[in-house]
Amino acid sequence: MRVPLSWLREYVELPAEATGRDVAERLLRAGLEVETVHQSGVGLSGPLVVGHVLEIEELTGFKKPIRFCQVQVGQSPQEARGVICGARNFATGDKVVVALPGAVLPGEFKITARSTYGHVSDGMICSARELGLGDDHSGIIVLPDECEVGADAIELLGVRDEVLDIAVTPDRGYCLSMRGIAREAAIAYGSALRDPALLDTPAPTRTGHPVFLLDPAGCDLFVARAVHGIDPLAPSPLWMQRRIQLAGMRPISLIVDITNYVMLEIGQPLHAYAADRLTGPITVRRAQAGELLETLDGQHRRLGPEDLVIADASGPIGLAGVMGGGATEVQPTTTDVLVEGAHFDPVAIARTARRHKLPSEASRRFERGVDPNAAAAAVQRAVDLLVLLGQGEADTAVTVESTRPSVAEPIVIDAALPSRVAGLEYARETVAGRLQEIGCTVEGADTLRVIPPSWRPDLNDPNDLAEEVIRLEGYDRLPSTMPQVPAGRGLTVQQRYRRRVGRELAAAGYVEVLCYPFVGRRDLDQLLLAEDDPRRNTLRLLNPLSDEQPELRTTLLPGLLATLRRNIGRGFNDVALFETGLIFAPKQGATAPPRLSTAQRPSGEQLAALDAALPEQPAHVAVVMAGLREPAGWWGPGRPASSDAGSTLWADAIEAARTVARACGVELEVTQSQYEPWHPGRCARLLLDGRVVGHAGELHPKALTELGLPPRTSAMELDLDALLPARDLPVQGPLVSTFPVATQDVALVVERGVPAKAVETALARGAGVLLESIRLFDVYEGERIGEGRKSLAFSLRFRAADRTLTVEEATAARDAAVSLAAEQTGAVLRGA
Amino acid sequence: MSAPNKTFDPVEVEALKPGEVERARDQALAAFAVAADLAALHEAKIAHAGDRSPLALANREIGALPPAAKAEAGKRVGQARAAVNAALASRQAELEAERDARVLVEESVDVTLPWDRAPRGARHPLTTLQERIADAFVAIGWEIAEGPEVESEWMNFDALNIPRDHPARTTQDTFFVETPGASEATDSLVLRTHTSPVQIRSLLTRELPVYVICPGRVFRSDALDATHTPVFGQIEGLAVDEGITMADLKGTLDHFATVMFGDGIDTRLRPSYFPFTEPSAEMDLRCFVCRGESVGNPDRPCRTCNSEGWIEWGGCGVVNPRVLLAVGVDPDRYSGFAFGMGLERTLMFRHSVADMHDIVEGDIRFTLPFGVEI
Repeated sequence: MRVPLSWLREYVELPAEATGRDVAERLLRAGLEVETVHQSGVGLSGPLVVGHVLEIEELTGFKKPIRFCQVQVGQSPQEARGVICGARNFATGDKVVVALPGAVLPGEFKITARSTYGHVSDGMICSARELGLGDDHSGIIVLPDECEVGADAIELLGVRDEVLDIAVTPDRGYCLSMRGIAREAAIAYGSALRDPALLDTPAPTRTGHPVFLLDPAGCDLFVARAVHGIDPLAPSPLWMQRRIQLAGMRPISLIVDITNYVMLEIGQPLHAYAADRLTGPITVRRAQAGELLETLDGQHRRLGPEDLVIADASGPIGLAGVMGGGATEVQPTTTDVLVEGAHFDPVAIARTARRHKLPSEASRRFERGVDPNAAAAAVQRAVDLLVLLGQGEADTAVTVESTRPSVAEPIVIDAALPSRVAGLEYARETVAGRLQEIGCTVEGADTLRVIPPSWRPDLNDPNDLAEEVIRLEGYDRLPSTMPQVPAGRGLTVQQRYRRRVGRELAAAGYVEVLCYPFVGRRDLDQLLLAEDDPRRNTLRLLNPLSDEQPELRTTLLPGLLATLRRNIGRGFNDVALFETGLIFAPKQGATAPPRLSTAQRPSGEQLAALDAALPEQPAHVAVVMAGLREPAGWWGPGRPASSDAGSTLWADAIEAARTVARACGVELEVTQSQYEPWHPGRCARLLLDGRVVGHAGELHPKALTELGLPPRTSAMELDLDALLPARDLPVQGPLVSTFPVATQDVALVVERGVPAKAVETALARGAGVLLESIRLFDVYEGERIGEGRKSLAFSLRFRAADRTLTVEEATAARDAAVSLAAEQTGAVLRGA
Repeated sequence: MSAPNKTFDPVEVEALKPGEVERARDQALAAFAVAADLAALHEAKIAHAGDRSPLALANREIGALPPAAKAEAGKRVGQARAAVNAALASRQAELEAERDARVLVEESVDVTLPWDRAPRGARHPLTTLQERIADAFVAIGWEIAEGPEVESEWMNFDALNIPRDHPARTTQDTFFVETPGASEATDSLVLRTHTSPVQIRSLLTRELPVYVICPGRVFRSDALDATHTPVFGQIEGLAVDEGITMADLKGTLDHFATVMFGDGIDTRLRPSYFPFTEPSAEMDLRCFVCRGESVGNPDRPCRTCNSEGWIEWGGCGVVNPRVLLAVGVDPDRYSGFAFGMGLERTLMFRHSVADMHDIVEGDIRFTLPFGVEI
């Protein structure tokens, strides 16, 4: 809602020196969000005066017709001056706006006397746009005849004003009007309100235009009155046009301007029908499926049975509360109108406006609630203005159809409730006084029976009233206290371990990113996923931001890989990223969530049904990396050599999985695997207690080509939720022996396909309890051990808790280790 | 062994003559003194202090002396050997010190060389900021609650007193998720538009009183620009207990502001509207940079608060009793407050981030300076 300060002052006495910012500050404290205070007309300075066109000389021989006018700008015709003008929408005798030399128009346009078209132009005749008064540049402003020649046009046109732009919250529908804002301003300044809706309205007659309310739930009040004989040529007065324009709407014609003006003033949307185009009685009803209506915007709309319509004998003539119809639209020749002011159900209007994607000034107000008690006043105000400004004649007949209950139900509220809610004592008189101030009627002593004013449909509960008292008394008066919070248990185990995973990955050199969870078919294609890959079974958004990515991710890789590509594109060759976030996997056979009441707590089954409708949303963790994990430097080469077939980036990816597992206090089993989008020979399947929890390794060269990523780019993804322990897993303190260590190295030759891990496991088991640690320190493949074989060199450290081991004991343990490895993996001691 | 030779004249034993002993001692001392390095000293040591050195040999002869002569000879040789050993040790130390000094100089390196061999990583500042905020509340006894990102409409809207067709429901720019079997009689799935459904879940599953902080990702169908992102972080707080007041909300927020921004940073509440709170307020934070001193002071403009003295931080209010009813909490006995703020916005003003793109794009240059904590 845009509120010109000069207009606001018409309804509430504000201190003369109060600026727009001052008023904004007061309103802000009362809960009206004033977003900006716009200074209108600041770029304009005079002299800008009313001129009288005495004479027009048409100049020819130029590219366009040009006029040289004699314009009187002072008391006597002798003070006429010559002005060149390109516009043609005025005649001799008209009053116009003249900027005299010395004036500055918006855009730092300085007016001087200058020679042009063979004459001296001693000023400029102005259009609305040149003055910053709107977009109209179709011609110059022609003023009403009664304007006094030589008068200051800045004042006359209301050029200078301050406009408060207020973001009205959905509960404060009444503030979508000057009347509502004025009420808040009056309370804020403690001054009286001149309510524009307080005017005499005629009693309804039986002779008015017949109206039938066929859907009382949708429309419970309809006021209508006709005005005849309006001068179709009568223009809207400048002040009205200016106010409409400052309020953010466009002046159109007198009749339309009056309905809009009254809506802005009182908050009641009005509609004016061309009376001669109405056929028969008006009904307000739901549309029949398939009925058609051409709305004022020229759109042909197919209506549904939920749409509330205004209809006459010809069928629908308007979408109730949203937009009128073309068939009964006021024409340039219209002299007789029927003015409608009705009250519609907010929900019905909201739905229709949404269904037809047709938010309008009217629907915005009806959705938020319009004061039904102001409908008659608004109609009367419009009728008065049509009579005054359009020389029309009001019909004596007045239609008022209403099914509204005459008495509103009171809200019963403990007078101490506002104090209890606020934590600050308010006297009973304060509570009652504040409620009366906003228009409530209040009865009772300790228990108050409060009837909210008709313009406050948002006031329904005791807490709603408490808020009014507390906000008007001032939130700044609230004390600052702390509640007595019972002892908390700190972070949950999962929360702590999740933080730890992030810290460990960062410590290992990975940079965290947070990607959008949106993916599309192309993203999944790039990962080479088979058509039946479960990761293609996604949830879809009905209204995605981009049609390219309408689905929710089932893997973290697309977002991470795109971010990797972006970083590489920005000049970083060596990048390692990680993300933790949810993925979304539809549940088999899930049904839609039931629609539940909010009147009481849903049952256990109902809540279970809500959750059953949700997809699985486990947290995953993933890393991607390209280039070097360690850069080359003065110390030597980097690691790994990235484009080389011997790249070991895949090993970093698998190690990242181990890092995560260690942070979670668990150990992963790593096995050889094939899984898209990984390289079929360089993919590890990661298992926890026999269950697959993720994959890691180098990505498939084909996928990398598709993705535009460098060769050897590697990745890891894990189901983080599956790794997080349910309970704390305290590390068990090991027994530290101080007896000396006995080290034995062995080199074992196995078939190339035998996993090193299998050999290590066999060695460790064979070595028995004396084994302190085992470490693979070399892998060799080459002629010396024969084709298709590899040599694995392990270092075994033995130690006893209670004695120094003899060489014989250590050797015996090593031999047992080798023998089990030989048995289980076919390993042969190298050189044996 | 034969008996001592009582007729043997010790003076006649050549090696033990005082002159010989002194000579051997002096030769040793001289040899040590001229040894130029540790190797030469080692040679001299073998020659003059070794097993076959004159003094060692002389020492052996003592045993053969008659008892009367033993004491004097032993004393003479012993003193000489002591002097030799002392000189050796002293020269040894001297030469070692010389060697060390030389070698350590030769081994000196350029300590200004970089060692950026292990790449640095970092956590996203939104993650660490969220943890910092949560920890501020954990420190006063609150707990952290979490929930799903795809939610039912009941959890995201209805239970929060945002009924169907309520303007607030349409203004939230909700992403709707295709829901199998959805009809006019059922609800749909949505991407949660705030973390408030976690508050609902907390009230449904936890025992009262409830004091929880709910951080998480939320979604609104706004296009990405310098100040908006369709996917962003929120952190909300909820307290439901007996006798909770709006003053408790104010005090808790004041405390929170102090923890985050230092002493003397208080909050301001402005009336506003949210369906799930009544009364509702916008929460402003006293500008932690200028502390309000830039207001009306054109000489000292403040970029952080646009010289307004206050920074809009989030929304808050007293939990609407209708919300309590929907989750089966007796509003006559319990009351509560709730608040929430955007993490991106907080990051932007707390860390002078000018453009939302930097927060969402994952450029490592943005994230690395934040390290692992903020």
